[in-house]
Amino acid sequence: MKEFALIFRLQDVADSKPSPEQLQERMNWLAGIVAQNKLVDKGNTLLPMQGSAKTVRPGNIITDGPYTEIKEFISGYIVVRAETIEEAVEMAKANPIYKVGGNIEVREVLKRD
Amino acid sequence: MSEGKLHSELLPHLFRQEYAKMTAVLCRHFGLQHIEVAEDIASETFLKASEHWAIHGVPANPQGWLYTVAKNKAKDYFKRQAVFESRVKPAIQPAASEAEIAFEFSSQVIADSQLAMIFAVASPVNAAESQICLALQVLCGFSVEEIANAFLAKKETIKKRLLRARENLRNDNFQLNALNEAEISARLDTVLRTIYLLFNEGYFSKTDDEVIRRELCSEAVRLAVVLTEHALTNVAKVSALLALLCFQSSRLAARTNSNKETILFEEQDRSLWDQLLIDKGNHFLVNACAGNEVSKYHLEAAIAYWHTTPTVDKKWEHILSLYDQLIIIEYSPVTMLNRIFALAKVRGNAAGIAAAEELNMEDNCAYHELLGYLYTSLAAHKAIAHYNKAIELTKSNAEKKTLQKAIERLMFK
Repeated sequence: MKEFALIFRLQDVADSKPSPEQLQERMNWLAGIVAQNKLVDKGNTLLPMQGSAKTVRPGNIITDGPYTEIKEFISGYIVVRAETIEEAVEMAKANPIYKVGGNIEVREVLKRD
Repeated sequence: MSEGKLHSELLPHLFRQEYAKMTAVLCRHFGLQHIEVAEDIASETFLKASEHWAIHGVPANPQGWLYTVAKNKAKDYFKRQAVFESRVKPAIQPAASEAEIAFEFSSQVIADSQLAMIFAVASPVNAAESQICLALQVLCGFSVEEIANAFLAKKETIKKRLLRARENLRNDNFQLNALNEAEISARLDTVLRTIYLLFNEGYFSKTDDEVIRRELCSEAVRLAVVLTEHALTNVAKVSALLALLCFQSSRLAARTNSNKETILFEEQDRSLWDQLLIDKGNHFLVNACAGNEVSKYHLEAAIAYWHTTPTVDKKWEHILSLYDQLIIIEYSPVTMLNRIFALAKVRGNAAGIAAAEELNMEDNCAYHELLGYLYTSLAAHKAIAHYNKAIELTKSNAEKKTLQKAIERLMFK
């Protein structure tokens, strides 16, 4: 089986502080993946707020936030197990992130050794 | 508060909650050999509370009041001991000094003591059923009578079983005050099994008493929560067990009708399922996913997850695959039969029947129940024969009724 990272992206910093209901919805989605024994790593949430996010660029240039020219930022990631990328995409489809205008990037993990 | 209300409501509630904790804290100080002393002090404390509160009213902080009294009673006990020791066997060994009993009932001490007591009770010196009785008495504050009711056993039988188990426990030389990681990892599986069995005792109870059943289940959940709340025991398989218990508990209300008859899963009113517990189950199921560990509790929790989820694509394929993994970890006739049920859902009843008949468990009630169910749509007469066999084999009246109903449905079809 292959492994895929699901990378979550949001547009609004306020959405990175989910309500208890949103959290639960996300948890319920995640539980469905665990119950198939397909969650490899429950990953982490990445904080986008000032003081929690900086970007370092060549020439010692350091800016606040994860932002480049686009508004979107990565809010977190998990790693799942799937036979094919289509299967991983199916898992991503059921996530509640789209309700707040977020998106999920699905990327196969290159497994060394 | 009237005296009547005090006795009927507040005290039993506090008693359950605090008696076991207090005993654990005291016992940790006295050592497991003196568990009776700890229990006496805890009982006396609650007796005093019932008398004092009836006259003077319930204090503002009942818990604080109880612990202050218990502490004083412990001090008195040590003083009496000191007198006894100094007069009767002088100079043998110094009795416990005041300093030694300056113990605290802080929430950390209570949590540590409770945890230690859970591990003491789950001692391999006792058989599983003795461990459950002991857990109910020592960890949950159940009376001998309540335990006897839960097991549909005679009071004397339970009393004897407890006496033997406690004697074993005293001789076990388990150190309550020095619970370390090595001991925890050595006993954790036994602890989890005891909690699992305690829950099952309530879930598949021999008794029809709904209150006792619910209490057994909620006590099992409570003990599992104690484990997840303690850093030393908050490990993946503990979360997995708790997730399983939450999922199972969520369906408690839907499992029996007003006549105390079991309602089959497919006929349950899903609006009676407790969504809050399902959410909790999901939370712990996700927490249980750490590293590569897949215990039997992980698999059973995952199966229970699918049972609490509204029908989705491939639900039974998921369940079947989980059962395939489960029978490798822990083979049991029940698991085999459950696997076949899932198999029939995926590949049809005929495939299920073929797999079941290979097992040939003629003396097993659940075996005939399953075959009765699988034959229902294929050969009614065979279904009825198997259901009749199951009625012969079961000891539960509720189950007999449920099976009888299934037969009636087949006859009038």
